[in-house]
Amino acid sequence: MEKGIVFAGFGGQGILLAGKVLARAGMNRGLEVTWLPSYGPEMRGGTANCTVVIADFPIGSPVVDCPDALVAMNAPSLDKFEERVAEGGIIVANSSLVKRPVKRGDVRAIPIPANDIAAELGNPRVINMVALGALVRALGVVSLEEIQRAMEEELHGKGRDKLIELNREALRRGFSEAEKYLS
Amino acid sequence: MSRVLMRGNEAIAEAAIRSGLKCYFCYPITPQGEMVEYMARELPKRGGVFLQAESEVAAINMVYGAAAAGVRTMTSSSSPGISLKQEGISYIAMARLPCVIVNMMRGGPGLGNIAPAQGDYFQATKGGGHGDYRLIVLAPSTVPEAAELVRLAFDLSDKYRVPAMLLADGMIGQMMEPVELPEPVDPDRIPPRPWAVTGARGRPKNVVSSFDLEPEGLREMNLVLQETYREIERNEVRWEEVETGDAELLLVAYGTVGRIAKTVVRLAREEGLPVGLFRPITLWPFPYEPLRMLAEKVGTVLTVELSAGQMWEDVRLAVEGRAETPFYGELGGVVPSPKRILEEVRKYVG
Amino acid sequence: MSVEVAVPKGYTRVFSKPRALSDAGFTYCPGCHHGIITRLVAEAIDELGILERTVGIAPVGCAVFLDRFFNCDFVQAAHGRACAVATGIKRARPDLVVFTYQGDGDLAAIGTAETVHAANRGENITVIFVNNGIYGMTGGEMAPTTLPGQRTTTTPAGREPRLHGYPLKISEMLAQLDGPAYITRQAVFDHPHIVKAKRAILKAFRNQLDGKGFSLVEILSTCPTNWRMSPAEAGRWVAEEVTEVFPLGDLKDVG
Repeated sequence: MEKGIVFAGFGGQGILLAGKVLARAGMNRGLEVTWLPSYGPEMRGGTANCTVVIADFPIGSPVVDCPDALVAMNAPSLDKFEERVAEGGIIVANSSLVKRPVKRGDVRAIPIPANDIAAELGNPRVINMVALGALVRALGVVSLEEIQRAMEEELHGKGRDKLIELNREALRRGFSEAEKYLS
Repeated sequence: MSRVLMRGNEAIAEAAIRSGLKCYFCYPITPQGEMVEYMARELPKRGGVFLQAESEVAAINMVYGAAAAGVRTMTSSSSPGISLKQEGISYIAMARLPCVIVNMMRGGPGLGNIAPAQGDYFQATKGGGHGDYRLIVLAPSTVPEAAELVRLAFDLSDKYRVPAMLLADGMIGQMMEPVELPEPVDPDRIPPRPWAVTGARGRPKNVVSSFDLEPEGLREMNLVLQETYREIERNEVRWEEVETGDAELLLVAYGTVGRIAKTVVRLAREEGLPVGLFRPITLWPFPYEPLRMLAEKVGTVLTVELSAGQMWEDVRLAVEGRAETPFYGELGGVVPSPKRILEEVRKYVG
Repeated sequence: MSVEVAVPKGYTRVFSKPRALSDAGFTYCPGCHHGIITRLVAEAIDELGILERTVGIAPVGCAVFLDRFFNCDFVQAAHGRACAVATGIKRARPDLVVFTYQGDGDLAAIGTAETVHAANRGENITVIFVNNGIYGMTGGEMAPTTLPGQRTTTTPAGREPRLHGYPLKISEMLAQLDGPAYITRQAVFDHPHIVKAKRAILKAFRNQLDGKGFSLVEILSTCPTNWRMSPAEAGRWVAEEVTEVFPLGDLKDVG
């Protein structure tokens, strides 16, 4: 098994953290993982993306030609990466900002209104965890509990402990929202 | 031993601290900023010295001073910064001081960009500064290997009194992977430094110098250096082979490209193409002999690099006409995907 | 190590070589003030009893053989880098007494950045700055401290400030910084000044022992060879001309 996942969006949408939490959950499960950011001089507001690879054997390339899954947090990200997603792959699109449907017919499209759900939860910053929860459901490599635990480890002790409960809920909401498109 | 998810830059810093690093001197440059920040945060807490110098030139000369004073010391930078350090590295090499220099290569020449590249191969392996000298050059292809090679860099540098360079690129620095960090080094295992300037108490004075005005004297110093280099060439060549047994095409790649090439080998084998990989781990000393032996058996040796063909020259020196030696390189910070390299492979096999 | 010669009966020892100096003869040109300055540093090391914990940094230039003259540990630095090398040694082993000995080209031209930043960090080292206004060893070229109108091999018609800039007053520059403990300019062209310079050097070392931080003693020196003067003329030139541009005295002293 080897899965390549691309997370893409605006800088500040928590793209890199979402990827890191997924990588950590994979590692905790005893799998091999790589997390590769696209890095640029712009610290905020630019486009950001990262690539996570999860495999049950040593990973060669951390660069992925055809990702098995794409998390597109905004419209430019969907435009940029949609064509590259592997046949039968997954596209989680943040339908709060992506106003067009996924064009590809050979992938599983999962529109998640991440901004709206985050607003309901009372904190716009958890959009990344809503989307990650949906991805985890569709990907099926780690469980909801495992991704929640990885998120806790990631936020723990960095002055963000008080956000853990909120992020747990965001992951759960995304996870169950994705159910609709998968049953 | 538990695995920790770490960026390459941070894993290198942590492994260095666990290798007995006492003094780290630096100047900020992307893409190795996380190493500098990690050192600033961690090293003073653990009994070491962190100092941000006014320039790369000053930083390497602080390394020269600390190494002369007999402690494990290190600096890190990226391509343009490493260019500035060359004067100091030449002095360190001739003064026979152990130290570790990390170069997280980026796109060049000039200001270039901060994307991964391998254009500093010549500079790292052929001397870099003035005079006849070499660095031990270790090229990790993964984050865990980077942590492992940091320890080796300190050990080899101490053993031979030759500066060692860890040559990686921005991708290895920026990416995260699970790492098993090395155990903290036992201070008794760090070789004694009777030559260090520690105060001439109860012994004749020690002088650390790269200088002899008399040609015969300077020749002698050079010959001793060269003899050390021959010994390193005999003892310290390291490389990895993947699926070379029945390969008809041998990929040669190091560092970031070395790991991407592993995926290429897997994809090629799935298509039934007899492709193997030869990955140099020591770029100096370069594994000429093992590569030569493999070249006897394969038809084609395809070098893939993020440069215009710098390591390719060493590959051709190793192969010496025993096989075809085509080249595929990317420039400017462009990293080829496995698929792109596979297209190149298909030109020569299958 | 030098051998102490027994004093015959009826004689009194009035002069001996400092313990800090080896038996190697100086390689300075006749009449050059380097010899006096090197000896003063050695005397200071003797008087403070720090020979066995002192590390000197030899420069590139006329004092390049400094490590041969002294009996303490030495490191040879690249041109201009002495203050950075000294920083590395002192940070690695704070118990050592670390001094640099640098000329004007070394300290105030190619090594300006290293000097300024070591001073600004208040690096706890002692800097002996020998200013003779010329590149002595390479053949008498213009230095950052060459006086206006002074002929050198690279200013054959004399230093013209509009073309070559003005003498760089680096000690005055350093004295403006918050980091340094002690910045002074001295000379050794006659006996009273030699005594004063010795006192300044002692103080610069004592400051380090007391942890006070960066101390620099600039000493106006001669280069009779490249100035094309007799030693006596060269001494007078320092006293009458050089001190006009580079006035003697303490520029900063935190006490």
